[in-house]
Amino acid sequence: MVGVVSLVALLVSLGIATAGTSKVEKAGAPAAMKAPPVPNAAAIKAKYGGQSITFVGDSVGGGHQRDTALASRFSKDTGIKVKVVPHPAASDASYSQLARAFSTHSSSIDVAMIDVVWPGAFAPFLVDLKPKLGAQAKIHSAGIIQSDTVGGKLVAMPWFGDFGMLYYRTDLLKKYGYSKPPTTWQQLFSMAKKIVAGEKSSNPNFSGFVFQGNAYEGLTCDALEWIASSGGGSFIDNGKVTIDNPKARAILDLFRKNIGVTTPRGVTSYQEGETHTAFIDGNAAFMRNWPYAYSLAQAKGSKVAGKFAVAPLPHGPGGHSVATVGGWQLAVSKYSKHQDAAIEFVRYMTSKAVEKFDTITNSNVPTIPSLANDPAVRKAAPYLNPATANAPRVTRPSTILGGKYNEGSKDIYQAINRILNGSSASSVLPGLKSQLERLVR
Amino acid sequence: MSTGPSVATPVPTARRRRRGTKLQRRQTHLAWLLLLPALAVVALVAMYPLGKTVYQSFTDQEFLALQPTKWVGLQNYRDLWHDSLFRDSIWETIKFTVITVAFEFGLGLAIALVVNSNFKGRGVMRAVMLVPWAIPTVVAAQMWKWMLDDTFGVVNDLGVRLHILSHSRAWISDPSTALASVCAVDIWKTTPFVALLLLAGLQVIPQDLYEAARVDGASVLQQFWKITLPLLKPAILVTLIFRTLDALRVFDVFYVFFGNRTDTQTMAIYDQSTIVGDGHVGYGSAVSVAIFLIIAVFVVIYVSVNRLGEE
Repeated sequence: MVGVVSLVALLVSLGIATAGTSKVEKAGAPAAMKAPPVPNAAAIKAKYGGQSITFVGDSVGGGHQRDTALASRFSKDTGIKVKVVPHPAASDASYSQLARAFSTHSSSIDVAMIDVVWPGAFAPFLVDLKPKLGAQAKIHSAGIIQSDTVGGKLVAMPWFGDFGMLYYRTDLLKKYGYSKPPTTWQQLFSMAKKIVAGEKSSNPNFSGFVFQGNAYEGLTCDALEWIASSGGGSFIDNGKVTIDNPKARAILDLFRKNIGVTTPRGVTSYQEGETHTAFIDGNAAFMRNWPYAYSLAQAKGSKVAGKFAVAPLPHGPGGHSVATVGGWQLAVSKYSKHQDAAIEFVRYMTSKAVEKFDTITNSNVPTIPSLANDPAVRKAAPYLNPATANAPRVTRPSTILGGKYNEGSKDIYQAINRILNGSSASSVLPGLKSQLERLVR
Repeated sequence: MSTGPSVATPVPTARRRRRGTKLQRRQTHLAWLLLLPALAVVALVAMYPLGKTVYQSFTDQEFLALQPTKWVGLQNYRDLWHDSLFRDSIWETIKFTVITVAFEFGLGLAIALVVNSNFKGRGVMRAVMLVPWAIPTVVAAQMWKWMLDDTFGVVNDLGVRLHILSHSRAWISDPSTALASVCAVDIWKTTPFVALLLLAGLQVIPQDLYEAARVDGASVLQQFWKITLPLLKPAILVTLIFRTLDALRVFDVFYVFFGNRTDTQTMAIYDQSTIVGDGHVGYGSAVSVAIFLIIAVFVVIYVSVNRLGEE
């Protein structure tokens, strides 16, 4: 009898597991392009061949497929074994994972992908890459190299950049008589309202606008764009907490009133995965997301391939479009037992050839500026055109919060999520202000 | 009985006591020897972590800290006393515990009574009812999260088609239905376990008691109140203690459903986000100790109720 029970349970859980995989992964585009070969492979093999390293890598969109493709090419060429472990999709959870490993001096992680807001907090636990990768660093964007340099040490190498942008359905805009994507948030919501009214009867799952509304790091990025583009500052400006101001309240209340009206009600539990799934399934007219979603939406199996375009995000009254700076770096742990082999892996992963491969197959943003002029890259990544890619960037308050950034960001996204779930901005923001002030002091 | 003759016969009593003591001593000695391995294991896996947590709760230990950890005395507990988020999480956890334990007990008892009676296919029924409990909680929670989704969830789809719901609802995101949805999933998942425990209790009740009752003309209801319930009491108490302690420590369903949302935090979620998310090991340890004490209060209540019942 026990056998029957466990068999049934196994079948049920397998069913769930496969249903889950197909739901999230179905849009993952298999790389048509081959992973580039490793330069000087023979020399690396002679020195470090046979060692094995662990790489804590990507898990969003097609990121894990890219990581395993590149890692197996690297292993084949150099004889260094690379174990690829995807990190938690929510970046605050993956911060916690690394913090735990570093504070226990664990050697289980050799190479880790590091969010653009973390080098300050993790610097004491990372290897200085300048002696070996200083020359390669020169081809990367100087601004990112600067933020990866802490106390004169190059603690991480830029891997790919990220910025928020607006995806919109060109076919639906045309159908409802719009010639241009919205430029203000008000416009976006009123266009979404009209499109929802027309589409809902043929597709009950249809909603106007999807974004990352869950209580996690992504919401801090999204809310920064809403507030900064309305002239409401960027949470903390010049050392002072500025979050509680009339412009911030107005834009947050505008979003709150649209939850469940022009957005799905459940958007307050969406992370990147739920967001791009809704868009790719043809269930949304507008989406805020990072560039990675571009290749997913163009891939075979996407219902919106060829029917969408990207634009800078809208702005509030009297403001201008902005985009939150995201992006990922590769770093080598100080507690790694194979630091040299790990550095060779980072050298390969942040080379021009690999960044070109990543941009074309996986629609990320190269951190090597000269790649933006490469015709093959431009063809695969239209979002790199100056009109979209040059929107002014806003940064999360990681410099001022330093090691307390994760906690501060948690306070921010929890408060914003409470507003989206129905509490008025004026009842939530004063509390958030005093929470952040405690951390800034 | 002992007062009268004890004065008259002091010698045999003393001799008997001495003999008893010797034997007892030898037995006690052996008992300790046999218990030693078990005690060592308990000390290693339970007492050491608990002791370390208590110690850490008096320090300002942090993840990723570059300065050495300092002893801060009761500071963490003073802060905890004024921590409204922790207070909210206690309240949320207690609400969850009361609702789920009540429903699981009621439904579990009903199911146990049904599968304890004789009918065709009873064996299959007993196996099938355990399926929800056999699914790992995280998997079950994720499955329900999708089923309850407002755009593609099957629950809303069925509800609207059958005209039970006027429109699709975001059960998990909407604060007014969030607690109800998480309770429903826990009840769905854990009722089989409660039923199993109660079924074990039902099966040790001798059948001849019921036969005698029937002969005496007792109705089915009378049999339930006078025979089943009193004899099931030990099983009921064990079940309630198990479930209450489990519910007070609940983490996985809430974590999958709500992540770091503040309006739906349980004590365990708050503790995890304090230690793992914010890296406040010292303060988080104080939270852990507080949770330990709160759960201890419930244990004391149950054990004393049990003892009162026995007397």
